[in-house]
Amino acid sequence: MNYFFQILTVIMINSILAVSLNLITGYTGQLSLGHATFMSLGAYAATLLTLKLGFPFLASLILGAVVAAFFGFIIGVPTLRLKGDYLAIATLGFGEITKNILLNLEITGGPMGLRGIPKVTNIYIATITLFLVIFSLNRIMNSRVGKSFIAIREDELAAEAMGINTTKYKILAFTIGAFYAGLAGGLYAFLFRYINPKDFGFMKSIEILCMVVLGGMGNTYGAVLGAFIITILPELLRVVSPVIAQYRMVLYGLLLVVMMIVRPQGIISGSSILDKIKPKKLLEKGGQ
Amino acid sequence: MQLLEGKNLTMVFGGLSALNSVDITINEGEVLSVIGPNGAGKTTLFNLLTGVYSPTAGKIRFRKQEIKNLKPYEITKMGIARTFQNIRLFGEMSVLDNVMIGQHCRTKTGVFGAILKTPAVRREEAQVREKAMDVLKLVGLDDVYNEKAKNLPYGKQRRLEIARALATDPELILLDEPAAGMNPQETNELIELIEKLNDMGKTVLLIEHDMKLVMGISKRIMVLDYGRKIADGPPEEIKNNEKVIKAYLGEATLREGRAC
Repeated sequence: MNYFFQILTVIMINSILAVSLNLITGYTGQLSLGHATFMSLGAYAATLLTLKLGFPFLASLILGAVVAAFFGFIIGVPTLRLKGDYLAIATLGFGEITKNILLNLEITGGPMGLRGIPKVTNIYIATITLFLVIFSLNRIMNSRVGKSFIAIREDELAAEAMGINTTKYKILAFTIGAFYAGLAGGLYAFLFRYINPKDFGFMKSIEILCMVVLGGMGNTYGAVLGAFIITILPELLRVVSPVIAQYRMVLYGLLLVVMMIVRPQGIISGSSILDKIKPKKLLEKGGQ
Repeated sequence: MQLLEGKNLTMVFGGLSALNSVDITINEGEVLSVIGPNGAGKTTLFNLLTGVYSPTAGKIRFRKQEIKNLKPYEITKMGIARTFQNIRLFGEMSVLDNVMIGQHCRTKTGVFGAILKTPAVRREEAQVREKAMDVLKLVGLDDVYNEKAKNLPYGKQRRLEIARALATDPELILLDEPAAGMNPQETNELIELIEKLNDMGKTVLLIEHDMKLVMGISKRIMVLDYGRKIADGPPEEIKNNEKVIKAYLGEATLREGRAC
């Protein structure tokens, strides 16, 4: 039963990561290949605040996310002038730099990582956090801020011509996404009680991207579904055969190739769910 | 009264000068058309006025303020809106959302306001929605407000572009070939719409190839050819201007005495 709850908690944490990357990549259309970096910043900041300064869990968690958001902002300012492939490469470079800094600083424990973190995260805390993330994100996406994100994805030049400061809003999407990822990182650290730079490498970023692509770009619930599948798959495989479970990265790759051929828009495509809900909602609030 | 003044506008791309010392003035409340053969520099002129490019040389003043180094979104906020020659709608968004986006620069809600959904935010949202519906009614798209923009037929997409531009509350609205690809009935509806906008006090700058439309609604026409201004005046004068006829139809036609 303990194992079951552990997996469920990891699903919640991965869902937060997928949802937050979906904000940057799915809604705003900015491909980021360094999302695990923001997770690592949140994890390390929260851990250090608790271990070195004795901050309580909740304060560490939130401040850790603020640190991640701050770096999201700092990185966004120079890199978000870049477009498409160039931005992806820049975020990749940022991830590698952060990983190497964490590997070499004394305060982060270098390659040994940080241990002795109290176990606080449980299924309830993770679920509540995921709920709050989705709730706040939905509110943002239904506001003029969220509409600006989507407008930038749809046509950046037209968005700018409609009066949207596209650079500012891209940085904002990065900052919010990094904040959420930082929360996930904090939860992760306080769940596994041990963190190490290798937990947050390029492969983790790719794994998060897989969740988003699999579930459906530009759909929050698709991202949650993607996180669920990608997290539970290796566990199921372990039951079937431990050998196959070792090849999970191969399987992700295969899954993505098949998805791209069969259903490139992801399991829950773009706004398909919203389409069904919206007409009613709009008629009630209506223009009249 | 002068609303916008461009002086000595020059735009050079690499070795190619798309615009060469062009002067343009737009008076408040008029409908000014820019015509010229393909590649004459019409769209480049639009892109300079709306901040997509910064001119290589020259000055642009809107309401006596220099705008040449402003970003497109700053210029939109000052009161200049535009449509695009090749439709650039937000395809995956609903028709209503497209128009609501147009009011982005006139609203304030930020991230925290959106999350908390304070009464002020709700009020702003309701106002934006109501105004967007009004604009949709004006252009005759209120019945398809919930449709995805990309699913609209071509003529309606063109009108949605105008609606979206109108939602930014412009004083000056720039229409880049709004009648391109329209059938005669759609063009007639477009003429009515532009006249309606003009009656509402909007100043209109128009790029158009459809001469029926241009001659019908322009108070003044400016003609570009190879990046230079070759004529500027009321429609009647332009129709009989030799340089214009030459640019459009070549020398031989002129000798045969056929005018457009």
